[in-house]
Amino acid sequence: MEDSIEALVAHVQALSGTPEDLTHLHSLLKQREDSLHSQASQLLPFFEHLDPSKHSLGYLYLLEAASSGTIVREQASEFLVIASNFVDTCSAEQIRLAPDKFISVCKRIKDQVILLQMPIRGIVPLRTAIRKLQSSSERLTSLHPDFLILCLLAKCYKAGLSLLGDDIIEVDQPRDFFLYFYYGGMINIGLKRFQKALECLHNAVTAPMAQLNQMAVEAYKKYILVYLIYNGQVPSLPKYSSSAAQRNLKNYAQPYVDLANSYASGKFSELESCIETNREKFENDKNLGLVRQVVSSLYKRSIQRLTQTYLTLSLEDIARRVQLQTAKEAEMHVLRMIQDGEIFATINQKDGMVSFIEDPEQYKTCEMVEHIDLSIQRIMTLSKKIRAYDEQISCDPSYLSKIGKERTKFDMDDFDPVPQKFL
Amino acid sequence: MEGEEDTMGTARGSAMWSNGGGPGDDEEVVEAEQQKQQRPIASGDHMDVEAYAGLYSGRTRIVRLMFIADRCGNPSTQMEALRMAYDEIKEGEDTQLHREVVKKIDGRLGPGYELDHVWADAVDRRAEQRKEKLESELNSYKTNLIKESIRMGYNDFGDFHYAHGMLGDAFKSYVRTRDYCTNSKHIIQTCLNVILVSIEMGQFMHVTNYVSKAEQASEVLEPVTVAKLKCAAGLAHLEAKKYKLAARKFLETGIELGNQYSEVIAAQDVATYGGLCALASFDRTELKNKVIDNINFRNFLELVPEVRELIHDFYASRYATCLEYLENLKETLLLDIHLHDHVETLYTLIRHKAIIQYTHPFISVDLHTMADAFKTSVSGLEKELEALITDNQIQARIDSHNKILYARHADQRNATFQRVLQTGVDFDKDVKAMLLRANLFKHEHNAKATRKFGFI
Repeated sequence: MEDSIEALVAHVQALSGTPEDLTHLHSLLKQREDSLHSQASQLLPFFEHLDPSKHSLGYLYLLEAASSGTIVREQASEFLVIASNFVDTCSAEQIRLAPDKFISVCKRIKDQVILLQMPIRGIVPLRTAIRKLQSSSERLTSLHPDFLILCLLAKCYKAGLSLLGDDIIEVDQPRDFFLYFYYGGMINIGLKRFQKALECLHNAVTAPMAQLNQMAVEAYKKYILVYLIYNGQVPSLPKYSSSAAQRNLKNYAQPYVDLANSYASGKFSELESCIETNREKFENDKNLGLVRQVVSSLYKRSIQRLTQTYLTLSLEDIARRVQLQTAKEAEMHVLRMIQDGEIFATINQKDGMVSFIEDPEQYKTCEMVEHIDLSIQRIMTLSKKIRAYDEQISCDPSYLSKIGKERTKFDMDDFDPVPQKFL
Repeated sequence: MEGEEDTMGTARGSAMWSNGGGPGDDEEVVEAEQQKQQRPIASGDHMDVEAYAGLYSGRTRIVRLMFIADRCGNPSTQMEALRMAYDEIKEGEDTQLHREVVKKIDGRLGPGYELDHVWADAVDRRAEQRKEKLESELNSYKTNLIKESIRMGYNDFGDFHYAHGMLGDAFKSYVRTRDYCTNSKHIIQTCLNVILVSIEMGQFMHVTNYVSKAEQASEVLEPVTVAKLKCAAGLAHLEAKKYKLAARKFLETGIELGNQYSEVIAAQDVATYGGLCALASFDRTELKNKVIDNINFRNFLELVPEVRELIHDFYASRYATCLEYLENLKETLLLDIHLHDHVETLYTLIRHKAIIQYTHPFISVDLHTMADAFKTSVSGLEKELEALITDNQIQARIDSHNKILYARHADQRNATFQRVLQTGVDFDKDVKAMLLRANLFKHEHNAKATRKFGFI
């Protein structure tokens, strides 16, 4: 048997050059797949004979077979080194011949780093893997959610951003889609980029679905909380969201809906009592931290409202109007909000007065012009994309056949008095 | 008892007389006003129930008296109202109402005001006989198929039911007369009857319906009828909280109305309702054109000088006196059967209007002066202003340190930039989400097709 592995390795070495060779090699490897799997434990020594950058396809099959069995703790580290190295150096063209194998190897990497409790080690390999696997940055791969969960576990939210910056448009697996946007929302929450988080969660909540799934429900819970933090009120679900979501989501997130209602009342006592009654549920959902942020956002919102109505206001008055205990607390809140650029104001500590000023942005600076220009460019590309899509869909055979069918049916009804079922 | 009733009757008669005419009425209201100003807190105490009841006739007088008795906190007024209601009911034929009022009096008015079984039984007996008679009459009309007689028959039935307080039946009978109307006069009569009953039942949908039916019925209506219909429509709009429409209807009411619609509304009410609704819903030019310069409506306003004064005060920006008038009127208005529910809303609307108008011409306003003008404290005023600014009804900001209100002129340019950028971001977001959803649909479609046909 060992011979045959050696023979195979020799084939790999010989047939990794031209595309024709690779196709041949690919069929060979497919035939040997089962036997490779049965010899998983004996494969490790052969990796030395192969160059991951040149013999990527063969290397991939061996690696996939080697990792298919259970990996014991001692071998795990070695596997990780080999696999990471492979992902780093492999040739993108070759691995795209067998994307399933590649994905399965990468998933093993993810499982192993989680088992070893070192999620940070998986981040770079997975990011590289995604880039090699993707045909365009608009395509969602099955590795996207895995990458994001590693970022979440390692608390490396910034690393996650490198992927979240891409606009995902093409999707293969609905499950990947939900997970990707749910995790994406969480990463953005972690970085306090609430607007982006809302976009992600919004996608997960309003996605077309025949039945509710747990991912959408969890996303909806966070969606409510983030909306409260960011905006102060939760809009009702848009019309285009699936009927399953519109009908049932609220029932599964009742404590959160209650929270939004008590938030809308603007009374801290009501909000606090609502949190107290549902504390356990929030804790179980691991959303208690966000709930706390919701509470403090109510203070912020009240202070922001004051800036709309007042030019100057004493700290005591702010404390009283915002239902804070002391002027000192009010000062801290105002200070923090000024720092975060959420309000424009100055505090005069001598007489405890806060003067609110208008947004100093005059829309006259070069940066602003550039920003506007960029926005225009962005929208123009977008509109080009839509046009391309429109064309693509109007050429789509299944779309055309559906339209055609409907049209003929219509014509029948119009011109033929005999109903269709009799024809 | 007989004698007492008589004296009551004359007393009421005189009250009616003194209220019916213009000048006498003025005097009385002015007098009442003076009383109010002496003790402005409890103006309800001094409500002249007799004078008030004198403005109305028919069932509405009884209903209004009972309403006052229910609402008024002052026992003497309450008793007065109940006594008058009792006497009034005795003249009518509604035994149910009689029992009700006796229960409310609860023996507090002495032996003269107890449940009168003899009277009630007699009335009921008579009613029974009359009903049989009407029924047999109606049946014979029906067999003879004389339209006019059938109509009269139903009409009599309606009157009969109405007098006995069976409003639902009265309504049905009156509505039925409609099928047998032969000329527009009849239609008008039907409509007015239905409107009368509907108002008492509180069914203002029917009121609106039948007002429009009556207005379509014929080309030339008598001015009095027109005025009646306007009043009814105004009441319906008021009840539906459409104050602006209500104000218009009341303002259009012709002075021909006089006291000819006293079974529903008094001319004084037209002035009060119209005036308050107009104040609450009209802007300044409308107020000037449609109320102050309205010669027709001026005649109504003369009947209630307080309302006239407060409208003029409002227009002349003498808000303190205007609000004072309003405050003095409040107790009485709360006892009004139609207005009581709307007093608070109308008052808040008027107050807000006043505050907005006050701030409008200034770049900066000293809050102390303003608080004086509105007879309130600076902090109270600040709260009201805050609410209005948050509502975007006043474009201004408060300098709480120096107690000055500064007008704020929105920077159109900046606002536009801001909106444009925001729109861009929203569009971007929405389109991307849409493309994504489209793709998911496509995927789902493909997946289904794959499953169905079994190929990859």
